[in-house]
Amino acid sequence: MSKVLLDIRNLKVSFFTPAGEVKAVNDVSFSINEGDVLGIVGESGSGKSVTAYSIMGLIPFPGKIVGGTIDFNGHRINDMTEKELRSMRGNEVSIIFQDPMTSLNPVYTIGNQIKEVILLHTNLNRKQANERAIELLKLVGINEPEKRMKQYPHELSGGMRQRVMIAIALACEPKLLIADEPTTALDVTIQAQIMELMTELKNKINMAIILITHDLGIVSRMCEKIIVMYGGKIMEQGTIDDIFYNPKHEYTKGLLRSIPKLTAKEHEKLIPIEGTPVDMLNPPAGCPFAPRCKKCMKICLKKMPEYTKISDTHYSACWLLQKEEYEKSTGVIKGE
Amino acid sequence: MAEKTKELTGKKYPLSFHLDVSDFLPAEESEKQSAVVMRESISFWKDGLRRLRKNKLAMTSLAVLIIIMIFAFIVPEIYPYSYEQQIRGSENLGIMKYSTQELERKANGEFVFPHILGTDSLGRDYAVRLMMGSRISLIVGIIASLIILLIGSTYGAVSGYFGGKIDLIMMRIVDIIYTVPDILIIILLSVTLKFPLEYLAENVAGFKWINTVGVGLISIFIVFSLLYWVGMARIVRGQILSLKEQDFVTAAKALGAPHSRIIKKHLLTNCISTLFVTTTLQIPSSIFTESFLSFLGMGVNAPMPSLGSLAADALSGIETYPHRLFLPAVAISLIILSFNLLGDGLRDAFDPKLKN
Amino acid sequence: MGSYIIKRIAVGIVTIFLVATITFFLMYLVPGGPFLSEKSPSKQTIEALERKYGLDKPVYIQYLNYMKGLIKFDLGPSLKMRGREVVDIIKTRFPISAKLGGLAMLLAICIGIPMGIFSAINRGKWFDNIVMVICTFGIAVPGFVVATVLMYFFGVTLHILPTRGLDSPAHYILPVTALAFYPTAYISRLMRSSMLDVLGQDYMRTAKAKGLSQFKSLFKHALRNAVLPIITYLGPALAYILTGSLVVEKIFTIPGLGRQFVSSITDRDYPLIMGLTIFLAFLLITMNVIVDIVYKIIDPRIKLK
Repeated sequence: MSKVLLDIRNLKVSFFTPAGEVKAVNDVSFSINEGDVLGIVGESGSGKSVTAYSIMGLIPFPGKIVGGTIDFNGHRINDMTEKELRSMRGNEVSIIFQDPMTSLNPVYTIGNQIKEVILLHTNLNRKQANERAIELLKLVGINEPEKRMKQYPHELSGGMRQRVMIAIALACEPKLLIADEPTTALDVTIQAQIMELMTELKNKINMAIILITHDLGIVSRMCEKIIVMYGGKIMEQGTIDDIFYNPKHEYTKGLLRSIPKLTAKEHEKLIPIEGTPVDMLNPPAGCPFAPRCKKCMKICLKKMPEYTKISDTHYSACWLLQKEEYEKSTGVIKGE
Repeated sequence: MAEKTKELTGKKYPLSFHLDVSDFLPAEESEKQSAVVMRESISFWKDGLRRLRKNKLAMTSLAVLIIIMIFAFIVPEIYPYSYEQQIRGSENLGIMKYSTQELERKANGEFVFPHILGTDSLGRDYAVRLMMGSRISLIVGIIASLIILLIGSTYGAVSGYFGGKIDLIMMRIVDIIYTVPDILIIILLSVTLKFPLEYLAENVAGFKWINTVGVGLISIFIVFSLLYWVGMARIVRGQILSLKEQDFVTAAKALGAPHSRIIKKHLLTNCISTLFVTTTLQIPSSIFTESFLSFLGMGVNAPMPSLGSLAADALSGIETYPHRLFLPAVAISLIILSFNLLGDGLRDAFDPKLKN
Repeated sequence: MGSYIIKRIAVGIVTIFLVATITFFLMYLVPGGPFLSEKSPSKQTIEALERKYGLDKPVYIQYLNYMKGLIKFDLGPSLKMRGREVVDIIKTRFPISAKLGGLAMLLAICIGIPMGIFSAINRGKWFDNIVMVICTFGIAVPGFVVATVLMYFFGVTLHILPTRGLDSPAHYILPVTALAFYPTAYISRLMRSSMLDVLGQDYMRTAKAKGLSQFKSLFKHALRNAVLPIITYLGPALAYILTGSLVVEKIFTIPGLGRQFVSSITDRDYPLIMGLTIFLAFLLITMNVIVDIVYKIIDPRIKLK
C-alpha cells in the first residue's frame, strides 16, 4: 500500500458572519494516498470547497479552522508559518478553480502568469522559465504556445483558460492537485476534454487529485474513492463500487436516483431529492439531512449518528444502519 | 414492554444506554419541519427599514437633520427678529450683546430678546439669518433633487426602454452634457438667466411670484435641472436595460400593455429603491453647489441669506468676527455630512448592489 | 490606436465648437452690454467702442468672425482689460493656477492612494475606521469652508503662514492644502472600495494559491486592477484643478485663472468668458483622451473604438 499523503482528522471550519457562526465544515476526517484520486461530492454549500481550501490555507475571511488537524506529507499544516505555507502553495499542492473566466488576472499575459509561479518556486532563470512555460502549454494541449504566451486571458476561450489554469497548477509538479469543480463553468464537450487531460496528466506525473464536484458522472470516470458530503459533514465514504453499487446512506441513494442513466428503461423517472438544502446558520441538531430524508426517524432530528463500518473502505453515518446493526446483534427492535 | 426493551438494550448494546426505542419510530412530518428553522420572510421595505434602524450613524444623521429642519423651518416663524430687519444702532454686535438703545429699553423694564449670535454689519440678527440660510440650502437641495429625479428618471427610462437608435441619440446628448464643463456652465447660466427672469417678474402678469421666491433661487433650480439630471439618467437607463430583459416585462408586452404602463408599472417600480437612494445622495451635492455659487456671489439675491453667502460676507471681517464665518461653515458641513451618511445608510439598507 | 486618437480629436473639436456656440449665444442673450458699467459713458463712446470690437454688426457676422478667430487660436481681445488679448491673459494666468493645482493633485495622489490601500487591507480595523471618518468629512465639507478655516487658524490666529498671494514657497502651503483636501478624501475612498472589490476577485485567490506573498500579490495583481477607477476620476479632476479653483483663489487672493473667470463674469467681458470656457473644455477633452489611452495601456481588455 502506498504512503499516506494527506490526512485530515476532525476538521472543523467556521465562518464568523455578522449573522452568527456558520459551521461550514463540521468534524470531517479522511485521508488520501500518494497518486490516488479522491472525489468529494455534494450540493452547493455542503462544505466541500471549504474543506479543500483549508488544505491550502486559503479559507476566505471571515472563515477560520476551529478544530482538527491537517497533515500533508508528514507536515502539520495547522502549525505552519505563513512563509512555509507559501512555499507549499503552488509548489507541492496546487488548485484549479471553478471559473476559469475570472481566475486569471485580466491585465497580465498568460505567459507572465505561468512564469510567475515557476520563478517563485524553482531556481530557473527567466529564459528557462519561459521554455518551461511553453512546454507546459504544450503539455496541456494548447496549440501555438509561443503565440499564446503573449496573449491576455480575455483573448482565450473558457476551455483554453482552464487549460492555462491547469498548466499553472502543474508548473511545479505538485504532489497533490485540488480541482474545485474544474468543469462546471464549461461546455459539456470541453468538460470531457478537460477531464481526459487531467487523467492523462495524472498518469504522467504521479500526483494525487482531490476532485470536488456535484457531478457524479465525472466522479465515476476518474476517482477511486468518493466522499459524499452534506451540511458540512461526511455522510458516506467508500470506493467507487461501494458508492455506486452499494449506497448505504439515504442521501447518497437520493443523489444516485437523481442522475439519468443510460441503462434506464424507457420512461423511467428521475427522482429529485425534495426539500431545500440545509440552512447553515441554523443547522438541525441531528443529522443535517434528516428534514429531507424520506426515512427520517425521531432520533435523526436529535443526534448525529456515528459512522457505521460496512467494509474496510466503506463507512456511512446513518441511524438506519445503526438500527440495522443493532437488530442484527439483538433482534429486539424488529418486533416493535 | 417498552421499558423492558430499554432495560435489555441498556445491558446488551454498549451504545444504547442513552437510546430510546421510540427514537427509532419514523418522525412526523411536523417534527421534520420544526427541525428546519425557516427564517421569517419579511417584505423588502420592512427588511430595509430594519437594517436602516440598526445603522446608528444613519439614524444619528437623520436626527441631526430633523433638528436642523426644525430650526430652519419652524423657529424663524416664531422668532422675534426677521432675517431682513435692520436694527439701527445694533450693528456688529457680539454674541449675546445688546446695543445701547436696547440696554436702555432693558433698563426701562422692557423685555428685549437677546441677539444670541450677535448681529451683522447692517444690524440684522445673525441667529435668524443663519436659520434662514439653512432653510434656503435645504430647500435648494431638496427641490433641485426632486427636479433632477423627475427629469433624469424619465429620460433614462425612455432611453433605456426603447433602446436602439433612440437610446444611442439620447445617450450621445447625455455624453455631450457630461463633457461640458459643468461649473462654468452653471455660473454662465445663472448669470444669463437672471435678466430674463427679472424681466418676466416685472413685466409679465403671471410671473410676479418669481420675485417672492427670488430670481437667484429660480435660476439655480433651472441650471440644476438643465445639467445635473444626466447622472440620474445614466443610472436609471442602466437599471432599465437590465430589467427590461426580464420575463415579467415580456409577459406584460405579450398581454398588450402599452409602453407607458410598462415603464411606469413594471420598470420604474422595480428600480424605485435605486431612485430613492440616488435622490437622497443628490441632495447634499445640490446643497454643495448652491453654497459654492452663493459663496462666489452668484446665488441667492440679498437680503435673502444662504449659508454660502453668509460665509462669503463674513470673510472680510474674519479677524474680528470669526463666528460669523464658522457658524455657516459648520452648518453647511453638518447638513451635507448628515445627508451623505443618511444616503449611505439608505443605500446599504435598500440597495446594497449599488455600493460601488 | 492611431485611428482612435484621430477620431477622438475630431469628436473633441466638434464638442469645443458646440461649447463655443452655446456660450456665444448665451452671452448674446444677456441684456446689458459690457460698457454699461463704465462711468456714465456717452452714447457716442458706447457706439465707438462697439464699432471697435465689432459688436455693432449683426449677430451671425459676429459669430462667424469669432469662429474664424477660434480656428487660428485667436480668442479675440478682452473688452475690460484694454489692449490685452484673451490668449495672453490665459498664458499669464494659467501657469499660476496650474502650478497650484498640479501640486495639490500630486499631494492628493501621494496621500490618497496609500491611504486607500492600507484602509482596504485593514478593513474594519481602527486604521480603516479613522480613514473612513476623515474621508467622509473630507467629502462633505465644502472647499470654501476648508480654505477659510485653514486661513483663519494658520494665517489669522497663529500667524505662521502667509495667506495672500504666492510670493514665496510658504505661500503655497495653505492654498495647496485647501485644494488637495477634497481630492485626497475622494481618492482614498475610491481606492479603498476599488481595492476591496479587487481583493475579492478570483484571480487574487489564484495569486495566493500560487504561493505569492501578500505584498507581491497586492502590488502586482491587485494594484494594477484597482487603480483603474482612479485614472477615470483623475482625468476631469485634473482639468478642473489645473484651471484654478474659483473659491480658493478668491480666498487667498491668488491671481489665477479661476479668479479671472469670476471677475470676467461680473464684468461681462464676453470674449474673456468665452475664451476661458473654451479653454477649460479643451483641457477636459484632452484629459479624457489621455485617460482613455492610459486605461488601454493598463487594461488590455479595453478596446478603443
